[in-house]
Amino acid sequence: MTTPYKAISQLGARVRKSITNLGAFMRLAGAILARSGAALSRARLVTQQIHFIGNHSLLIIAVSGLFVGFVLGLQGYYTLSRYGSEEALGLLVALSLTRELGPVVTALLFAGRAGTSLTAEIGLMKAGEQLAAMEVMAVDPIRRVLVPRFWGGLIAMPVLAAVFSMVGVIGGWVVGVQLIGIDPGAFWSQMQEGVDVINDILNGFIKSVVFGLAVTLVALHAGWTARATPEGVSRATTRTVVHSSLLVLGLDFVMTALMFG
Amino acid sequence: MTRDKTDFWVGLFVLLGAIALVFLALRAGNMSSFTFTPTYTVHASFENLGGLKVRAPVKSSGVVVGRVSGISFDNERFQAIVSMEIESKYAFPTDSSVSILTSGLLGEQYIGITPGGEDKMLAAGNTIQYTQSAVVLEELISKFLYSSAGSQEKP
Repeated sequence: MTTPYKAISQLGARVRKSITNLGAFMRLAGAILARSGAALSRARLVTQQIHFIGNHSLLIIAVSGLFVGFVLGLQGYYTLSRYGSEEALGLLVALSLTRELGPVVTALLFAGRAGTSLTAEIGLMKAGEQLAAMEVMAVDPIRRVLVPRFWGGLIAMPVLAAVFSMVGVIGGWVVGVQLIGIDPGAFWSQMQEGVDVINDILNGFIKSVVFGLAVTLVALHAGWTARATPEGVSRATTRTVVHSSLLVLGLDFVMTALMFG
Repeated sequence: MTRDKTDFWVGLFVLLGAIALVFLALRAGNMSSFTFTPTYTVHASFENLGGLKVRAPVKSSGVVVGRVSGISFDNERFQAIVSMEIESKYAFPTDSSVSILTSGLLGEQYIGITPGGEDKMLAAGNTIQYTQSAVVLEELISKFLYSSAGSQEKP
């Protein structure tokens, strides 16, 4: 039974701990960015990480994009047909995907798939004392382990988001034109008139870059600060998913307000 | 996996992303608004622009011949000045008229050029003299009410 005094001091300790964690996170991010020269001098490591992070996520991203496109086509048709604007389905699907769903859903899936694998890998390296061994050999673990993974994640994320949006548009086309029977000419021409390359596609691309930055940094930090036990690693992976999902949704709101508000 | 194989798959992955972006830009977006064909700029002043935006199409006989490139306000004559880029392959006489039209009932607004009859053609930097402003719904309604009230006063 905690007295009110204890409860308040516990609350204060929690707040202080979160702010301290935020500071440690920023410091690690700064250290990774400062040593990013390693990404250029040892590009082989970066391409390996792009392969692990990006190529292996391609299947889940593409399949999710396809199904999201299908659902957008069906749900969009249901609402648009009430106003007689079924032919705007292409516009609806493309705008929803390139502006919002592409970057955000890809980021959430990325956090779940690639973020957790990054965190688990680094946490297990820490648990197996590999990071300590590197330091003993005078190899900077940040430069050797974290920097390639950071750049791998940062490069892979926008690529995955673009693939998601493209597959989603194709999925919307399959449902709208092939299954429901909307006129294909109207489908594509309304989309092409309404989707702006700079305002919509480029803004979606910028969003995906920012999300990639956020998710990768959170994943790396969670792995780096994991307790060197199996339970510690599992907690760290949970932290990765929860924190990066919340961060992605919060950043999405801020960026949408800035870009489109 | 050998080094070359990894590089190959990563290269393919990034290529796929680039293809996806290009697909979105070309098939989903209006990349056609980025014409790389040569254009010349003409200006026109309007009393009221309505909802005209930059990059709105300029059409003649329903065909897109150019884009609105800039909108500014003339503080001396208190009119809106619209600059539009017309593709160089289309020449219009100097007495052509421009008006702001709406596509459909509630669609986006665009500029329509109706050619005149002069022999001389518009050159870059010229100003089109004959303009017609956008139709503002409220002014139309007040005109209608005023004219119907006036006709009721007649004995």
